[in-house]
Amino acid sequence: MLDKQGIAKRIAKEIKDGYYVNLGIGIPTLVANYIPDTMDVVLQSENGLLGMGPFPFEGEEDPDVINAGKQTITMLPGSAIFDSAMSFGMIRAKKVNLTILGAMEVSENGDIANWKIPGKMVKGMGGAMDLVASAENIIVAMQQVNKAGESKLLPQCTLPLTGVHCVKKIVTELGVFDVLPEGGFRLIERAPGVSVEEIKQATAGKLIVEGDVPEIIL
Amino acid sequence: MNKVVSGAEEAIRDITDGMTLMLGGFGLCGLPENCIAALVKKGVKQLTCISNNAGVDDFGIGLMLKQRQVKKMISSYVGENAEFERQLLNGELEVELIPQGTLATRCMAAGYGMPAIFTPAGIGTEVAEGKEIRNFNGKDYLMEMAFDANFAIVKAWKGDTMGNLVYRSTARNFNPVMAMAGKITIAEVEELVQPGELDPDHIHTPGIYVHRIFKGVDYEKRIEHVTVRNKQ
Repeated sequence: MLDKQGIAKRIAKEIKDGYYVNLGIGIPTLVANYIPDTMDVVLQSENGLLGMGPFPFEGEEDPDVINAGKQTITMLPGSAIFDSAMSFGMIRAKKVNLTILGAMEVSENGDIANWKIPGKMVKGMGGAMDLVASAENIIVAMQQVNKAGESKLLPQCTLPLTGVHCVKKIVTELGVFDVLPEGGFRLIERAPGVSVEEIKQATAGKLIVEGDVPEIIL
Repeated sequence: MNKVVSGAEEAIRDITDGMTLMLGGFGLCGLPENCIAALVKKGVKQLTCISNNAGVDDFGIGLMLKQRQVKKMISSYVGENAEFERQLLNGELEVELIPQGTLATRCMAAGYGMPAIFTPAGIGTEVAEGKEIRNFNGKDYLMEMAFDANFAIVKAWKGDTMGNLVYRSTARNFNPVMAMAGKITIAEVEELVQPGELDPDHIHTPGIYVHRIFKGVDYEKRIEHVTVRNKQ
């Protein structure tokens, strides 16, 4: 089974040299730690920054330099600042190559829910609806089962949707899945030590297993 | 073309109950702290506030929420504010949650004199309920209306007496698009300079959009989440 760092590490392998990448809050943020130094990758923070650097050293925090998670960060040589309209302009215009975000539920046709639990939690969608509506390459980082042991890979989402038919790939503690255009989660890799049977148990939606499924190599 | 006022109290003098205000900032970054304090002191009520977030319990718009000055919030993310969540779940506060890009672009539309925009954000979700959908090149888009706000209140780093503004780092965020969108726009700045001191090539908001400007005082610039790394 993968821990959060493991999920982030596996997702980092999807990043290619020259990519502009938007990382969501939570596990996606950790992905930045695993991008090889040899790669030229620019991180977009949708509050208005291209070229997000690491956290500042203690005592060097600047309240005017934060990321979309409201954490203090740094800028890098070549960073660019812009306003919120332009930030979502470049997202809508598909200039960002890869979007990585978290989810509460994903359905077998690629719908995603991650912003609201009616009657319980009202936080809002932030930039997630804009990102999933426009990005062509969306990877979801999530836990496959919730605290009650229920699968979050579903035939249909039960929570209010963030976007429809948009998720292409999912990385969980148990494995890596492609979401097929015709519907269904195709298992392409298993987490180390996890059997196909265990993954079947943890997938409520349509699971497609073809041949021998290799283990994830981190 | 001197737009300088003495301070926040004078700048907000004609903001009255029931008005719609835009407030710049993202999280606690780039907030018009002086004007928020003046609005709290003045006690205007029944306000509709358009702002990406609702502050935290004791900072930013959270201060106005605590005084029950806000009737309705239009925001994209409000997860950092317990008092907000309490008022919302008790039905004491109206809230319209909209995608962050939609929020920014509805401001931009107002500032560019366009009545509406089309965006794919929210298609197939409850955000689309009751809104016109148009198909362009095989993809569905929602029609979203330009905002109509009585006042826009923004924070800039530097400004001149003619209202030209320069923002600093990610404190820029919603400030430039909101500055363009108010019927009356108030800018508070950390440094107020004379015309000619700002490089025309480096101005983010041209003064034509700004009606009142003043040098703010005592900025706290609170950080929501301090995150650091070790020197090793």
